[in-house]
Amino acid sequence: MAAEIETQHLNAYFGDVHAVKGVDLRISSNRITAIIGPSGCGKSTLIRCMNRMHEVVRGARVDGKVLVGGEDIYGPGTDPVTIRRKVGMVFQKPNPFPTMSIYDNVAAGLRLNGVRDWKRLDDTVERSLRLAALWDEVKENLAASGVSISGGQQQRLCIARALAVEPEILLLDEPCSALDPIATAKIEDLLFDLKSRYTIVIVTHNMQQAARIADNTAFMYMGKLIESGDTKTIFENPEKELTEKYITGRFG
Amino acid sequence: MTSYNARKLKSQAAALLALGCVLVALIPLASILYEVVSRGLPAVDWAFLTERTKSSGQPGSGIGNAILGTVLLVGWGSLIGLPMGILTGIYISEYGNNWFGRTVRFFNDILGNFPSIVIGLLAYSLVVTVVGFSMISGAVALGIIMVPLVASTTEEALRMVPNSLREASLALGVPRWKTVLKIMLSNARSGLVTGALLAVARIAGETAPLILTAFGNSFWETGLFEPVSALPLVIFRNAMSPYADLQQQAWGAAFVLIMMVLALNIVVRLLTRLRFKSMSKKKVVSKIWLQRLRPST
Repeated sequence: MAAEIETQHLNAYFGDVHAVKGVDLRISSNRITAIIGPSGCGKSTLIRCMNRMHEVVRGARVDGKVLVGGEDIYGPGTDPVTIRRKVGMVFQKPNPFPTMSIYDNVAAGLRLNGVRDWKRLDDTVERSLRLAALWDEVKENLAASGVSISGGQQQRLCIARALAVEPEILLLDEPCSALDPIATAKIEDLLFDLKSRYTIVIVTHNMQQAARIADNTAFMYMGKLIESGDTKTIFENPEKELTEKYITGRFG
Repeated sequence: MTSYNARKLKSQAAALLALGCVLVALIPLASILYEVVSRGLPAVDWAFLTERTKSSGQPGSGIGNAILGTVLLVGWGSLIGLPMGILTGIYISEYGNNWFGRTVRFFNDILGNFPSIVIGLLAYSLVVTVVGFSMISGAVALGIIMVPLVASTTEEALRMVPNSLREASLALGVPRWKTVLKIMLSNARSGLVTGALLAVARIAGETAPLILTAFGNSFWETGLFEPVSALPLVIFRNAMSPYADLQQQAWGAAFVLIMMVLALNIVVRLLTRLRFKSMSKKKVVSKIWLQRLRPST
């Protein structure tokens, strides 16, 4: 079983901007949870709080709790580096390391953390690329630059890179927004396969995508969590009027 | 509303003006190169490059010791200036988002605009007064001149690296210092190399601080604590002398100095290109890759 995530009265700020306002959200293990909402509603900020990437931005701070597998990742003495190994992240724009080959990109997380054993690196690279459904497309070409492949392949490479450090949770921040529908479908299939091993949280603008792949959906608006629950319920029978308006496209 | 033809004419006139300015700007460059080559090249022969400097009228005078001196001074100066400059640049760019970092950046910019003779004076008062005119004092002066140049090009090169790569690395659970060393620096390396190269080229031609520190020497001298010769010093002193043969040697030395800087540029560019290529190949020589090279059984 992968770990579950729970935020307790989570607030996130950029300087004076209050981006996430008192969010209480439970994310079940081995499920895909989609976070939807209009641009600027704080959904990316919310998931960046779940692996302590929010604080990388200057002037950013957090209060409240985020429990990952029961442990408060903002607790005193918690090392953000160990949290990030446990909670992997894939970003909106594919960002392979351009100076590294495909192989090195996948091996980067282990290598940069001191793993030198070739056998282990080889095994991890192959396993991660297979998990990311990219192995067959690049196995003859592992020495090619990480940015020489297509955008969709680059994004799967980034997923493989994140999986290589063996996280329990995978956070994806609009991973398909720069991809065409075919590449998007591949990533969605992949996420579907991955949920038996990982807890997956995906931020998306695309409500069809949320409806297709997510078990649970959370709707955010203006920094607040409006509603969360079973995807079917959220889409077919939402409790809040705001949610219904957003989902049916009658907004503003 | 102007007509299409009128606009087109204006655009062409502007382009012509820009081209004219470029040509005017090229005149001094071309004439310097012409003068240096036409006057300097005839002075250059094997003896000129290998003999030490002698006084006017003595046969077999050369600039061999000055070439060696310049190479050593630039080497020692780089040894002092490059690490300090690169680390300063890393600090300002990666850790300097606070009042201290901003102060460092501000003073770094000021130091970069200091007249080099003032830096020579500083090295004089710090080093020469203790150990006398010497290679080490010259190297300290040249190193100090390098620091702000290298620091600002390093900072600039690191700033050009997309933030998404830094985030990608941090999100993999890579500590910040390793992210800076392995990801940021490796993506900024061409900028780093260019910056270091420009700084080396710049100090190779510095004259004023060397007058106050390395001083010059007619003999083959390689000791750190002895006065040492350098090409700019030979150019400076010989050009000022009333003797035609020494002036001729100054032109020759100027020619050699320009060629050295040019050669340095070309060599470093070639080397970095080659090294990057072989590195990207070497990096994947692991077992999976070897399996692909071997015919499968």
